[in-house]
Amino acid sequence: MTDVPFEQQAAPATPHRLDLRTSTSRLRRSFHPGLWISWGVIGIVAAFAVVPWLFTGHDPVDGSPLERRQAPSLVHWLGTDELGRDLFARIVYGAVNTLSGAVVAVAVGLVVGTLLGVVAGSSGRRIDDAVMRLVDVLLAVPALLLSLSIIILLGFGTVNAAIAVGVASVASFARLARAEVVRVRRSDYVEAAFGSGGRFFAVLWRHVLPNSLNAVLALAALQFGSAILQISTLGFLGYGAPPPTPEWGLLIAEGRNYISTAWWLTTFPGLFVVAAVLSANRISLSLRGRSA
Amino acid sequence: MSSRYLVGRLGQALLVLWAAFTASFVLLQLLPGDAILIKFEGGDLGLSPQQIAEIRLAYGADEPVLLQYVHTLAGFLQGHFGYSIQRGVPVTEAILANLPATAWLTALGFAVATLLAGTIAVVSSLTGLRWLRSLLRGLPPLFVSVPVFWLGIVLIQIFSFRLKLIPVIGAGEWEGLVLPVLTLAVPISAPLAQVLIRAIDEVRTQPFVTVARAKGASSRWVLFRHVLRNALGPTLTLAGVLFGELLAGAVVTETVFGLNGIGRMTEQAVNNQDAAVLQAVVVISAAGFVLINLAVDLLYPLIDPRLRKTVGATT
Repeated sequence: MTDVPFEQQAAPATPHRLDLRTSTSRLRRSFHPGLWISWGVIGIVAAFAVVPWLFTGHDPVDGSPLERRQAPSLVHWLGTDELGRDLFARIVYGAVNTLSGAVVAVAVGLVVGTLLGVVAGSSGRRIDDAVMRLVDVLLAVPALLLSLSIIILLGFGTVNAAIAVGVASVASFARLARAEVVRVRRSDYVEAAFGSGGRFFAVLWRHVLPNSLNAVLALAALQFGSAILQISTLGFLGYGAPPPTPEWGLLIAEGRNYISTAWWLTTFPGLFVVAAVLSANRISLSLRGRSA
Repeated sequence: MSSRYLVGRLGQALLVLWAAFTASFVLLQLLPGDAILIKFEGGDLGLSPQQIAEIRLAYGADEPVLLQYVHTLAGFLQGHFGYSIQRGVPVTEAILANLPATAWLTALGFAVATLLAGTIAVVSSLTGLRWLRSLLRGLPPLFVSVPVFWLGIVLIQIFSFRLKLIPVIGAGEWEGLVLPVLTLAVPISAPLAQVLIRAIDEVRTQPFVTVARAKGASSRWVLFRHVLRNALGPTLTLAGVLFGELLAGAVVTETVFGLNGIGRMTEQAVNNQDAAVLQAVVVISAAGFVLINLAVDLLYPLIDPRLRKTVGATT
C-alpha cells in the first residue's frame, strides 16, 4: 500500500535525483528527533517480541474473570478484555506474532524479488522481458487481493499469512533489484572490474551488491512497515493466527465486539500498529537519503 | 504518436492481462479439493455419487485441464466468469448485483480522497505558517500508516457511540455511507497528496516559475496558473494504482461496516474457498489497472504538449 514512492522511483520517466538530493540535505541537518523516536519505537517493539516478560507481570492468556472489561488503571495500564486478560500484556506478547510475520514476509519478498530482479537485470533481453512481464502482472493486482489469492490456496494460519504478504511485495523488490543491477552494471568501475578479468558472479557479489545495499535496505524497511499493516489486516479478517493467540490485528477484531462499552480494546492495539508502521516508514526514508 | 508505439503498448497491455488470467487459472488448479467437493460432497446433502457426477459434468469440472483453460478463457472474454459454487449463481450475476454499492462507495471515497489530498498539498504550499505547513506535510505519512479496518472502528466509536451523530443501526442510505467513505478516503488520499506535494515542489524550481514570479505574479497565481497545471501530470500516473487500492480498500471497509458489495463478497469467497469469485475479482482489478494505465499513457501527450513531438525522446 505504501510502495508508491518506490514505484515512482523505479519508473524511468520520473527524475528521482532531485528527491534524493533534498533528503540528503535534510539528513545533513544533523539532529532528527523524529528519526531517534522511530528507532526507539522499533527497538521497544522488538524487545516486546524477544523478552516480553520484562515489560509486564500479567499473563497474556490466563485472565481473572472477576476483572473483566476494566478500563485502563494503574494495575491494568491499558485495561482488560472480556475474559479479564490484561490488554497491555496481550499487546506485548502479541508483538512476536505480528513482527515475526512481518519479518518472514519481508524475507520472502526480498529473497524471491531480488533473485528475480538480478536474473532479469543481468540476463539477455528475452529472459529480462519474461521476468519483468511476470512482475507487471504482480504489480497489476492490488496487494491485498494478491495476498487473498495465496491465502485461498495455502489456507489460514500465521505462516501462510506471512507468505501471502511476502508474495505481494515480490514485485517491488524485483523492480528495484533490476534497476540497481542495470544502473551499477553500466558504471565505470564495474566495467573496469569486468575488464580486469572479473567473473560475472564475483563482480556481482563484490561490486554490484554492496552498492545497491542501501536502496534495498530502505525498501526492506518500507516493506516491513507495510507488512505489519497487511499482517494485521489479514489477522483482523481472521486469516492469520487462530484466536487465543494475541496477534495485534486479531486483538482489534476481538475488541470490536465490545466497541460500545470497552473503547480501549480496539484503540490501543491499533495505536501500536500505527506507531510501528510510522517508525518503519521514517527509518526507510532516512536510509533512502543515505543511498544517494 | 507513432502507430507503432500504439500497437506495442496495446500488445503489452493485452499480454499482461492474459498472463494475469493464466496465473490465476493455474492458481485455481492448484487448489486442493474444489468448491464442488466442499459444497456437495460433504454428505449432509445426501447426494448419491451419480448425482454428484452429474453436477461435476454440469460445471465442467472433469474436463481435461487444457480444455477447461480454453473454455474459461473464452468465457472471460465474453464477460462470463464461471459459477459461484457457494452462491449457486453465475459470478457475473453476483458481481453485477453487488456492483452499485461498491461503485458508490469507491467513487465517493475517491472524490473525498482527491479533495483531501488537494487541500493538503495546496494549503501546505501556500501557507506562510511554518507549523501548519509541517503539520499538513506530516499527514500523508501518518495516513499510510493507519490500518484501514482500525480507522473504521475508531470512526464508529467516535461518531456513533461518543457523539451519537450517526446511528449504528438503521442509518439512512446516505447517512450510512459517511463513515465508510471517510475510512476509504484517508489511505487513498495519502499517496495522492505525497505525489502532488512532490510534484509541486519540483515544478516550483523550474525556470518558468521564477520568470512568472519575476513578472510580479502572486504566489497564489503562480500556484494555480503554472505550478498546479504542471504538477497534475505525475498525479495522473497514480490512477491505475489507486483503482486497485480502492478495490482492496473496499474489501476491508465493507467488512468492517457490514456493507454488501464486491468487497464483502470477496471476503466471503475467501472464507468459503469460492475460488471462481476471487479469480473474477482479481482479473477484473488487474484489467482495470492495465486499461487505466494504458489510457493514461495514451492521454498523457494530449495533456502535456511537450511529450507530443517524439515519443520516447530523452529530455
